[in-house]
Amino acid sequence: MRVWKFGDNIDTDAIIPGRYLVIYDPWALATHAFEGTRDEFAQNAREGDIIVAGKNFGCGSSREHAPLALLGAGVKVIIARSFARIFYRNAINVGILPLVCPEATTIEDGSTVTIHLEEGLIESNGRKLPIEPVPPFMKEIIDAGGLVAYARNLEKVETCIGSQ
Amino acid sequence: MRIHGTYIDGSCMASTLVEKIFSRKCNRSIKAGDVVMAPVDMAMIHDITGPLAVQKFQEMGGKTVFDPEGIVLLFDHQVPADSISAAENHVFLRKFAREQNVENLDEREGICHQVVMERGRAAPGEIIVGADSHTCMYGAAGAFATGIGSTDMGFVLKFGALYFRVPETIRVSVEGEFPDRVGPKDLILDILGRIGADGATYQALEFTGDTFRTMEMPGRMTCCNMAVEMGAKAGIVPPDAVTWEYLAGKRDIAPFPLSSDENASFSMKYTFDASRLAPRVAVPHNVDQVVDVTKVAGTHIDQVFIGSCTNGRYEDLKEAADVLGDREFHPDIRVVVIPASRTEYLRALKAGLVERFISAGGLVEAPCCGPCMGGAFGLLAPGEVSLSTSNRNFRGRQGSTDAFVYLCSPATAAASAIKGEITDPREV
Ligand code: SF4
Repeated sequence: MRVWKFGDNIDTDAIIPGRYLVIYDPWALATHAFEGTRDEFAQNAREGDIIVAGKNFGCGSSREHAPLALLGAGVKVIIARSFARIFYRNAINVGILPLVCPEATTIEDGSTVTIHLEEGLIESNGRKLPIEPVPPFMKEIIDAGGLVAYARNLEKVETCIGSQ
Repeated sequence: MRIHGTYIDGSCMASTLVEKIFSRKCNRSIKAGDVVMAPVDMAMIHDITGPLAVQKFQEMGGKTVFDPEGIVLLFDHQVPADSISAAENHVFLRKFAREQNVENLDEREGICHQVVMERGRAAPGEIIVGADSHTCMYGAAGAFATGIGSTDMGFVLKFGALYFRVPETIRVSVEGEFPDRVGPKDLILDILGRIGADGATYQALEFTGDTFRTMEMPGRMTCCNMAVEMGAKAGIVPPDAVTWEYLAGKRDIAPFPLSSDENASFSMKYTFDASRLAPRVAVPHNVDQVVDVTKVAGTHIDQVFIGSCTNGRYEDLKEAADVLGDREFHPDIRVVVIPASRTEYLRALKAGLVERFISAGGLVEAPCCGPCMGGAFGLLAPGEVSLSTSNRNFRGRQGSTDAFVYLCSPATAAASAIKGEITDPREV
């Protein structure tokens, strides 16, 4: 359950290079995660490991292969100062929880963190760092077990409904 | 749910263009920050993201797609199939298209975004999604268009709708005429350098001002295309005579007014002066590391790529050919030219541009994404340097993670290909 720490503007080409986009299996994709930029990730990442990053994590291409590769590597939670929007949605849709934490950069590589979703904070090295609440409609999707599970039980959706 | 202002005749008091698009669709007042399940007018899928989207559609219990005519399907990233897995993906999508009665443009038309635009599949006021981040390019046609992932696309294929958080708008006003050999690509790189790679995350970028009002469609497409490089959900140019003229003959649609109210609330306003711009270059490995070409002139390069959805149109090839004149490319440089679509290829061919590039020593490939995302051909070895008219210079984007990609305009690309190093197009 270790933290893998990354910097700002980690793009989806870095998470999974374009030449592997013909693959769709999360476990197969995982063997190429961060290939060429941080090779030890694919070799050493374990179930339950957490990615911590700076701002704009997952920028660039809309490839869902990126969160899938991380999911295949065992990552269920990503904590970042901010996320690129397509990646953020993709992560939730495939079942990874993206948490926005303004102080994410103070978390150390290789450390462990504890997440208290209900209280809206994470604990790192004895310090309590606040996380932003997950938007309600995203929470609904996560609670359903991802967008596929959410959609499977629906015959049709009513459009133009929504909330502020 | 909140009701804002008065909703009259499809328009709302003091709204942004994007708020108006959502309000028109939903027949009620919608404001930035609202989360709404909105109907989608058109959905675009291609050979890389399509298979996963179809798989998700099926996993969601999807039997028939929301509207076969509301889908644009084509192959452009890996064409002709460059591996067995790519060929298998194509076979899978062909089968899906047949079963669902969806027109399949297959691999004969070119790059998805260009094809959508030239077929008039994006129009003012529409809400469009594409399983590709550069879907924001259709904002050049006055549509709200945004890139989504494959699972979201599976949802759209089933329901014809998707949840959106209606974005705030950043207004970018540009005044002034471009100096010689400076154009829309230099402008958008300049804007990107100032706003930054995450400066517009979750927001829409609205491009206005005299420079945009007098800009033709190809330049507007180049600028809207790169909105996502600032994290934006959409880029949009308010529709005007240029937009409606572009759509005439492509689409049966009567012009109507659509623009932001002057007193609408913008999250940020930027102004730029195009007349003071120099040719700009984004240096490795971030799109927002942008400098004047003079700062990097003389940099060694191995490959020049002129193409992509950003700059692969006839006008871009013409800009490059004008700089080239009757000269030859430098013998140490590989020059790959790829027109963005069949239509653009034919225009370039008839105008003699293809012959010109080939005579100069370049390779002219059939319409596709090519080296742009490093998935097909034209890849770089470790240590090699590419100068490219595309939109991303991330590490590993065009091949080895130890290669380097610089981004520039077609004019700068051509000038550099002649000299064999990064060169100011005003000096050749
Ligand atoms: S040309 Fe490049 S940016 Fe455009 S759709 Fe193809 S891969 Fe994406």
